[in-house]
Formats: sequence, C-alpha cells, structure tokens
Amino acid sequence: MEDRIVKSITRMVIPFIQLYGVFIILHGHITPGGGFSGGTLIGTSLILYTLVFGLPTAKKKFSHRMSQIAESGGIIVYVGIGLVGLFISGQFLTNINAGFPLGEPGELLSGGMIPLLMIAIGIKVASTMVSLFHLLIEGDLDEDHPGIR
Amino acid sequence: MKKHLLNVLFLILFGILVYSIIEMPTMQTVDAPSYNEVTEYYIENAVNETGSVNFISAILADYRGFDTLGETIVLFTSVIAVASVLRTVKKKEEEEA
Amino acid sequence: MKIIQVFVDNINFIGAVALFLIGLRTVVTKKNLIKRIMGLNIMGTSIFLFLVAIGNVTGGVPPILSGEEGVTYINPIPSVLILTGIVVVVSITVYSLSLTVKIYEMYGTINQDELTNLIREDDLHD
Repeated sequence: MEDRIVKSITRMVIPFIQLYGVFIILHGHITPGGGFSGGTLIGTSLILYTLVFGLPTAKKKFSHRMSQIAESGGIIVYVGIGLVGLFISGQFLTNINAGFPLGEPGELLSGGMIPLLMIAIGIKVASTMVSLFHLLIEGDLDEDHPGIR
Repeated sequence: MKKHLLNVLFLILFGILVYSIIEMPTMQTVDAPSYNEVTEYYIENAVNETGSVNFISAILADYRGFDTLGETIVLFTSVIAVASVLRTVKKKEEEEA
Repeated sequence: MKIIQVFVDNINFIGAVALFLIGLRTVVTKKNLIKRIMGLNIMGTSIFLFLVAIGNVTGGVPPILSGEEGVTYINPIPSVLILTGIVVVVSITVYSLSLTVKIYEMYGTINQDELTNLIREDDLHD
C-alpha cells in the first residue's frame, strides 16, 4: 500500500501485537491461552506486515530459509524434550518422573516442562501461518506484476 | 422445481436433527454423561502432579502430550504439501528457458 | 409454552445443527469452487460449537484453579479435543485452496459447469 497513514500506524502497532503474543505463550500454564493462540497472534502480525509493506520487503524479514529453521526446530525441540524423559526414567514425555523442577503452582517458573513445550509450539505455529500465506501469494509475481502494491 | 425439492429436503433434515437433540439426555449440568471419573481425576490431581494452575494446559502438554506431538506433525505436513503443489512453477520456467 | 422452554435451553445445539446444514447446502448447491471450500470450513466450525456446548456446565467457572471452595469447574476435556479439530480443518482448507490456484492456472475458470465441459474436451483430445 502507498498510504502514509497506514504505513506509519502499522509500524507503531506491530511491536505491541508481538509483545502480547509472547505474553500469552509464556503464561500458558497460568492464564487461558497457550502455545497455539499465542503463535497465531505472532503469525498474524507478520501477515499484517506483508500486506502493508509488500511481498519483497517481507521476504527479507522472513525468508524461506528462516521458515525451514523454525519449522524443523519446533519439532526437534519437542521430540528432544521427550527423549530427555526417555533417558532419565523409562517413559517418553513425562513431567514429574524425569526430574523437571515443578516449583510453586501459580508462579511464572512452574510447571516443569510445560512452558518449554509452549514456546516450541508457538514458534512452529507462527512460522506455519506466515509460510502458508507467502506460498499462496507468491504465484502472482512475475515481471509484469511486481508484488502486492 | 429441483430447487424447491432441495429446500424441502433440508427442512425435513433440520426437523429430524432437532428432534434428536430434544431426545438427548440431561446436558449442561454435573449429571451429564460426559462429566465422568476421568474429568474428576484431572481436576483433582492436576496441580499436584503437574504444577500448573491451568487445567487445560496441563491436559494438553502433560497428560495428553502425545496428541499434541501429532498436531505439530500435521501442521508440518500441511506446509510441505502446499509447498510441493505451489513451488514447481519456477522450476518449469527454468527448464524451458 | 413447554416447546419454547425446551428450544431456549438447547439453543447452542440447535445453532450448531443449523450451521452444519447451512454449510452442507453451500457445498451441494453452489457452482463456484471457492464457495464450496468455505462451506466445508463452516461445517467444521459448527462441530466445534457442538463440542464446546457439550462441555458447558450451567453456573460453572472457567477451568483455572481459583482459591475458593465449592466451585464447579466446566469440563476441560472437549476444549482439548477442539484444538486437534481446528488444525485439521485449517490444513484441509489451505490444501484445497492451493489446488484451486493450480486449477485456475491450468483451465482459466473456477466454475464447476465450465470445468466439466473443458475436462471432457481434454479427455476426448487425448
């Protein structure tokens, strides 16, 4: 878009949306929310960036390489946490049998492995949403139509 | 003629489904059939065994964490499926050029 | 007036059934491909409404541990099943839309009747 008001307001609003998404991911074991909804919020903020500033500018911020790392990293971290439980005790993906510190219920640092799983899920869902949007839009680009303008 | 027949068919279907809803057992109370021992076990023992105050997060990530692993695999597969359909245009143009 | 009382008590389930039939009519009747994919999405969303309505308890509080005694929490298990459903519906919608993009590139139209004629001519020429 070439409107100056939309561009300046988007530049001001996007950090707050991402901060709210990170808050919802990290507080997944205290308040309603969790990994899926927080990841959707972060992905939506990046889709807003693509819609306002055009696809070539957004691909510099979130290229295909970064999407590959985020997608694979999310699953590898999840399975890695499960394998830690398998090596310490005999069970895959346990919380209290694998020695994760439980802490006081209601504090931020509690719940054992639950906040770690929520972070992995959040990164993965955000990367999925942005990759799907960029893949559906990309076919419009050639020399005659240079991106969303 | 066909459109009117289709509308009447959908209204009959709506009537049958509403009748089956009226015949359901008592819902939306504590006596509902879905509020059984599994739910009461989760509500009583979630804080002691998991350390999280949110019951839904405790069920999602601890008691049924394997299903959430399946979820992430489904998301991963969907991105790969869409990329395999939509990313072959540039390769064809490079091969033709 | 007993009929109206029963209707208002089960309004969530009847709304879910109505949404399902609206989605089904969209898939069966319309000729545009994208409208039919949106009909599939609406049918999936109606099932989520049905599941949430099953887990509700009249006069219950959200399932976060509160310090008071003697409160009844709503059933947390259907809310967990919905997350799986949402991911499946999103995957199906996205894949169908990507196939629609390829169909439009190849045939130039997304109307069902014109597509049937074009595919039949393609098969005759092969």
